[in-house]
Amino acid sequence: MAESTPPAGVTLRGVGKTFGDVTAVHPLDLTVPQGSFFALLGASGCGKTTTLRMIAGLERPTTGRVLLGERDVTALPPHKRPVNTVFQSYALFPHLDVSENVAFGLRRRGLKSVTKQVTEVLELVELGHLARRRPSQLSGGQQQRVALARAIVNRPEVLLLDEPLGALDLKLRRQMQLELKRIQTEVGITFVHVTHDQEEAMTMADTIAVMNAGRVEQLGAPAELYENPRSAFVANFLGQSNLIEAGISGTDGDDILLSVGDAKLTLPKSRTHAASTATGGTVLAGIRPEKITMTPRAAEADIPGGRNRLTGTVVDASFTGVSTQYVVKSPACPELAVFAQNAERERLAPGADVVLHWDPAHTFGLDGREDIDAGTGEDAV
Amino acid sequence: MGWIRRNLVVLAGLLALGYLLLPNLVVLAYSFNDPAGRYNYEWNEFSTDAWRDPCGIADMCTSVGLSLRIAVMATIAATVLGTLAAFALARHRFRGRGAANGLIFLPMAMPEVVMAASVGTLFLNMRIEFGVTTILIAHIMFCLSFVVVAVKARVASMDPRLEEAARDLYAGPLQTFWRVTLPLAAPGIAAGAMLSFALSLDDFVITQFNSGPSTVTFPMFVWGASQRGIPVQVNVIGSAMFFLAVALVLGGQLIGGRRKARA
Amino acid sequence: MTAVAAPAPDVPPPARRRGLTPYWLLLPAVLWLAVFFVAPLFYQASTSVQSGSIEKGFEVTWSWSNYTDALGEHGWHFVRSFAYAATATALCLAIAYPLAYLIAFRAGRWRNLLLVAVIAPFFTSFLIRTLAWKTILSDSGPLVSALNSLHFLDVTGALGLTTGDRVLATPLAVVCGLTYNFLPFMILPLYTSLERINPALLEAARDLYATPATTFRKVTFPLSLPGVVAGTLLTFIPASGDYINAQLLGSPGEQMVGNAIQKQFLNVQDYPTAAAMSFVLMAAILIIVTVYLRKAGTEEVV
Repeated sequence: MAESTPPAGVTLRGVGKTFGDVTAVHPLDLTVPQGSFFALLGASGCGKTTTLRMIAGLERPTTGRVLLGERDVTALPPHKRPVNTVFQSYALFPHLDVSENVAFGLRRRGLKSVTKQVTEVLELVELGHLARRRPSQLSGGQQQRVALARAIVNRPEVLLLDEPLGALDLKLRRQMQLELKRIQTEVGITFVHVTHDQEEAMTMADTIAVMNAGRVEQLGAPAELYENPRSAFVANFLGQSNLIEAGISGTDGDDILLSVGDAKLTLPKSRTHAASTATGGTVLAGIRPEKITMTPRAAEADIPGGRNRLTGTVVDASFTGVSTQYVVKSPACPELAVFAQNAERERLAPGADVVLHWDPAHTFGLDGREDIDAGTGEDAV
Repeated sequence: MGWIRRNLVVLAGLLALGYLLLPNLVVLAYSFNDPAGRYNYEWNEFSTDAWRDPCGIADMCTSVGLSLRIAVMATIAATVLGTLAAFALARHRFRGRGAANGLIFLPMAMPEVVMAASVGTLFLNMRIEFGVTTILIAHIMFCLSFVVVAVKARVASMDPRLEEAARDLYAGPLQTFWRVTLPLAAPGIAAGAMLSFALSLDDFVITQFNSGPSTVTFPMFVWGASQRGIPVQVNVIGSAMFFLAVALVLGGQLIGGRRKARA
Repeated sequence: MTAVAAPAPDVPPPARRRGLTPYWLLLPAVLWLAVFFVAPLFYQASTSVQSGSIEKGFEVTWSWSNYTDALGEHGWHFVRSFAYAATATALCLAIAYPLAYLIAFRAGRWRNLLLVAVIAPFFTSFLIRTLAWKTILSDSGPLVSALNSLHFLDVTGALGLTTGDRVLATPLAVVCGLTYNFLPFMILPLYTSLERINPALLEAARDLYATPATTFRKVTFPLSLPGVVAGTLLTFIPASGDYINAQLLGSPGEQMVGNAIQKQFLNVQDYPTAAAMSFVLMAAILIIVTVYLRKAGTEEVV
């Protein structure tokens, strides 16, 4: 991503894990740049937590090597790795109070006077006044901060976060997202964050690896993943996408020409990730709902030229405040989602005949054999 | 009428509680009796003699001492053996786990008299002299299962993530066990130990089948006395044990409650 | 930075040391039980087919007559044991259920105190408490006079539970003692399973037109069944082997199989007959419990 490759914080080389006959993680290569906020994003059971546990040393990889910086730590047990974890359930020791919990790691490494560090880190997470409480006397958000303080007080090379905000309610989660980001910037430790919440991953991470069924589907900066997904899973799991089955009718310079029924669409070659783009084949043409503009059929003449167009009928309109979300039935696709900002324009009612149009540069292309529904519905929980 | 119907279950429950507590009240009341004859079954006259001189019957206090000694030793042994086994059963999946579970469950599902007679038969056959050793062996045997059950329940409900967190925070295997696993399992171990102490202290059947002529535990003493006439001091000991237990339990709850309320 | 599979050097498999850990942990306890619990059962099996006397010694002669003797001479002891134990178990259930229900649903802040009151009597030696029933049920005591004037004893007399104006030295006294002694073993499992019931379920039943009685029959009781099964087993098994209550509160006419085993073992020192009776008792309980668990359909209690 950067011009010069930054030093690696964590490197996985062909790391895979099988439990009996089940392959939890297919051998994968991954480099997490030092000091970055890295997210492993995927649905439950996709192997992201297992990957995290292999970095922590809590799970031994079946194949491959784990490197911290330049050092191979594959054979080291967890207590000998300069890595700390914030567990999903926080795993605070119920028999110790907050400051004893935080001091646990320092004491195990033989440090005698820990008061100063403990006080400092508790100030960092704004819990100084609760140092003598037991974990059971804290709220969920407070417990989460203690778990974080207990990990970062050790100044690990890498901090692993396993769905750390999963148990918090929405408002608190938003607040903690910003706070985590602030703390990461302040301490400069490499964070590897596992989550199933795509919004959380995009808000916080510099780099996201989207995992599905034990494999990394795509890796990149949040905006890059969102704007230019390489697979149907990523397109659907990260935000929402309209995927349209289209035939390839030819090429025009840097563009591929597509036909869907009577409609003609243009797709940039550089944004196409299909195994074959030969004329006569098929691709999935994708477009994000907010990129589409909707014009009543009567005003079709006002639409500038050079845009991709589809005709359709509004079947549903839900008002969400900042925007209106439409469902449009079109010959090209049974259900197209369109998000329109609620700025000045009048809202369209179900039954209205409309023309959908967008800048062809926003279109992305996926392999025609992909499952159109990958990453939606039950998978996405 | 409606009130009675709504609170019928409360009335029935309190009656049941009365049934449960009545004998303790009688034992307490008759500890202040000055019986007319050898038998302390009928009320004669109020007296605090027995409370002032609980060891007036020499043999009785010796028997209480013996019972306590056996209970302490049996508890220590059963707790150690039972805790180790409970960890194996709660924490590991291995071949023969079902059989081991069954073996440990079986003594709890068997009438005491059968266990008592069979272990007694073993000692007879092996020509081992009956005495403190045989009583102790048999007590450890039947207390063991109760410790396993208590500790196993606690260990199984412990979050394995806590030990992972300890290992993640630089605690080696030994430190993890000492600093995290053991403190977390402690309530279960304490419960198992208390249970086996109470069971051993109050055991009569297994003790009767496996004791020698000179090993008279407190229940053995009461049994013998019930034939010759029971000294009032027996009621004193019985009542004192009751109050001690209630005080311990309530005290423990008070401390627990205070700890929860603090901060 | 790409996510493609690459051949990687394999990690050596973790050491097998962990595989043996559970066996080492179990070893002392299992060994103890094997030597002092399982082996004695085998000894007893062999003793039960021996003949001889304490003076001449015993040897295995495959004398099955020990078993026929045990069942012939002591048949009534077995019948009485199971009849008394079954009656006591039923009474325990009837008495314990309201109390367990009271503690679980109606006690509020008194809950802990009530639980202490259930457990605390345990700490007075059960022999002393059983002897207290001798005072409570004594012939001239207020309880017996009251029962007499209410003609209660006439009813129990007609049922063969009491004779004359007494309660002591009758089956009623023994059953009363058994019920008393094993009551906590019924209350605690019942309480545990009642306490787990979400009170919202009872409200839901009321909301769906169930009367209080129907709510109990269709919701509360079925959900408490694990506790009922565990409680009845914890009461019935020890009660059927008990000999303390029959000895202290009964007359020779109320002797149970435990009394017979105890007498044969400790007084007569006829070990083969005692062993044979123990075995029959064990087998009978095993059969009864198995049939019961099949019927109750909750084998998970074990």
